[in-house]
Amino acid sequence: MARKVKIPATKYPVERFTLDNGLRVVLTPDRSAPVVGVAVVYDVGIRSEPEGRTGFAHLFEHLMFQGSENLEKLAHFRHVQGAGGSFNGSTHLDYTDYFEVLPAGALERALFLEADRMRGPRLTEENLRNQVDVVKEEIRVNVLNRPYGGFPWLKLPPVMFETFPNAHDGYGSFTDLESATVEDAQEFFGKYYASGNATLAVAGDFDVAAATKLVEAHFGDVPARPKPELPDFAEPGLSAERRESYVDRLAPLPAVAAGYRVPDPIADFSAYLPYVVLAEVLTDGDASRLVERLVQRDRIVTSVGGYIGFMGDEYQVRNPTALLLQAHMPPGGDADKVLRVVDEELDRLATGGLAPGELARTQARMATHLLRDTDAVLGRALPMAVLELQRGRPELLNELPRLVGEVTEAQIVAAAASLRPESRATVEVVPGANQ
Amino acid sequence: MSVKTLPDLVPDSKIKLPKQAERTLSSGLTVIAIRRPAVPLVELRLRVPFGRAPLARATLLSQALFTGTATMSSIDIAAELQAVGGGLSAGLDPDRLLVTGNSLAAGLDRMLEILAAVLTDPAYPADEVGTERDRLVDHIQVAQSQPAHLARTALLKRMYGKHPYAVQTPEPEQVRGVRPGQLRTLHAERVRPEGSVLVLVGDINVEKAIDAAEKALGGWIGSGRDGNVPPTPALEPGPLLLVDRPASVQSSLRMALPAVPRTDPDHAALQLANMVFGGYFSSRWVENIREDKGYTYGPHTAIEHFVAGSSLVVAAEVATEVTGPALLETLYELGRIASLPPGADELEQARRYALGTLRLGMSTQAGLAGLASIYASFGLRLDYLTEHSAALAAATREQVAEAAARYLAPSRAVSVVLGDAEKVEGQLSALTSVERGTA
Repeated sequence: MARKVKIPATKYPVERFTLDNGLRVVLTPDRSAPVVGVAVVYDVGIRSEPEGRTGFAHLFEHLMFQGSENLEKLAHFRHVQGAGGSFNGSTHLDYTDYFEVLPAGALERALFLEADRMRGPRLTEENLRNQVDVVKEEIRVNVLNRPYGGFPWLKLPPVMFETFPNAHDGYGSFTDLESATVEDAQEFFGKYYASGNATLAVAGDFDVAAATKLVEAHFGDVPARPKPELPDFAEPGLSAERRESYVDRLAPLPAVAAGYRVPDPIADFSAYLPYVVLAEVLTDGDASRLVERLVQRDRIVTSVGGYIGFMGDEYQVRNPTALLLQAHMPPGGDADKVLRVVDEELDRLATGGLAPGELARTQARMATHLLRDTDAVLGRALPMAVLELQRGRPELLNELPRLVGEVTEAQIVAAAASLRPESRATVEVVPGANQ
Repeated sequence: MSVKTLPDLVPDSKIKLPKQAERTLSSGLTVIAIRRPAVPLVELRLRVPFGRAPLARATLLSQALFTGTATMSSIDIAAELQAVGGGLSAGLDPDRLLVTGNSLAAGLDRMLEILAAVLTDPAYPADEVGTERDRLVDHIQVAQSQPAHLARTALLKRMYGKHPYAVQTPEPEQVRGVRPGQLRTLHAERVRPEGSVLVLVGDINVEKAIDAAEKALGGWIGSGRDGNVPPTPALEPGPLLLVDRPASVQSSLRMALPAVPRTDPDHAALQLANMVFGGYFSSRWVENIREDKGYTYGPHTAIEHFVAGSSLVVAAEVATEVTGPALLETLYELGRIASLPPGADELEQARRYALGTLRLGMSTQAGLAGLASIYASFGLRLDYLTEHSAALAAATREQVAEAAARYLAPSRAVSVVLGDAEKVEGQLSALTSVERGTA
């Protein structure tokens, strides 16, 4: 049966400093391949966008690519790709990130490009209207024109939460997007995109002293602005089960997702981490609890997944968040039955504990996933930038495999016992295709 | 506002290939091991020739490969792999069965043993196969409700006619009819070491890793059946094929154009011509239909290589009301790249992107494993990275213009649109002849 393997760790070095304008910087050198990853993360996300402006944080992310103080529209893309690199950005509940991965010789160029838009993007009416159109196409391709669009990340929060920051649609309504103005964008930039509200992380092939000089040269003169106070988005958990369903006119088969609130990922990390491991005990691979039971034995679902954070970023999310389970079902599938079996399996775990080797093998597989992600320079730069932003602890990335390995059976059992039907929010997809 | 100037690039160092070793076992299995010790893991890729295998059976076999051996259940297999931080899964393309996996480096021997057991002693238990069959049927049904899948299906049919590549996803009814015995037979005939290539990349000693593979897989023997696929037919341009998807809020625009294999003297020039046209974000087509006109979110073009032929595929999801205008701009940009040489600056930008992408691709264990495995399917080795970089660096503006004229002319395109036919047929008919078809 399963042999226990030693969980290895990474030892990526971490150099931290803060510029006079408040920008926090993390450098993590690694000379093993001639590439660099650069990430800039701002402490603003979907939860911070104003009421009546759903989707604005994401729309603004698009505007950050539309030219800046010294760069025309299209120049950012051309300069990154013309240096042999790739770029992107993404908007999360609690942060917005911008990143490049490039051959090592392009490091200074990437720093220049990021500093320039931190000083000020070119917010014009023409660019705004163009990017509203592009974002509408993004929503059509990812949500409106495909089955299961936005399931469950856009569909479950309004069932689970009450307050606007936690419950609204982060992609936004077309009405809100179309009525956004350049003034809104300027105000949003002024409030949230201050250098003191951001972190910069660089990973890969560079010399620390030289890179420090480059960072100072390019970001040092970004003017300091007041940093916004971080709001508390907390709201009480559920005291009674909530169920909703909707018809997806494109979906051929039923699906269901359930969410359970979990401890504060930052203030109470040691209480939170067992839930991250529990999600994997339940759903990672054919030997996991729910796959074995729901897929293999009962054959009442075709796939089941479990993870924490609506966007799957379990180490980069603030309170409140949730452990999510989602399952796709065969024709005629019965969501009630699926949820009853989930409850049975959670009870069985809570009362019977884990099988010999079950926790160790789950932890070993989680270590592989964590280490594999960090093999890419952006797999270090991005999470380290967010860990610095949210916790002031980028080195946590090195510690995660070990910390995951230290979660005990008793903690998993207690976590499983806390996931009760009465604290659950559920959303069900009713298939509307072929009707 | 002070004016700041863009910093220069520090020139790239020469590409350094990692330490590697290769051995072909007496069974005909080739093992390639590559050392990249950045994280204590190992990546595994195994490609087994599977051309012309019966589609429904082959697809289900790929889904059911890990359902059991004489001594292990599907759960045992998953648990044993997980115990060394490992996981294995299988997939299928028109040429190969592909096994993909990874584990902690210390778990390599165990992962290889489990792989060997699955390859040499598969059980295909009726119960588990039944579960996988039902799941596959459901997944195909869901895929058939995805516009991207339907558009791809229609394009493949239109491109390949009666060639085996024309259909790459089986129908649900065909899968429903597959029995476990047929999987056992197909496995015995086709899951064979001859012509297969195993790639291992990671924190390994390359010679020892090959020894470990030889030890674990030494018992995997047997000759394969000829799976050679005939060369793909030339694309036959004709009317645009319009496939109705009523009430679509977007149209899926697809085009196929001719392309050449990686080893063709035109390949580097064609790749650069494709870049300048639409093959990356800073291309003419993307800047036009996304950043200027806002018709679409993620347009892209790519050269797709299969063993029996290569093609260049153009893809965009565009708003229903601008389907015609989006086609117009696409034809315009194809016409422009095919008839005028690219600017010197835009060619240099595309060239640096292509060269940089090669470097980025080989900077992780998974990236290296993917490249080495794909190249090996075409008889190439990792040194192709260096050769291809040299070809990209050397391609002249004239060569790129010639390749564009030869391969990217809009008159050579095979075009498919999936969308709300009532709303888009008129728009499209104003530009080209249109015929209705099915996905």
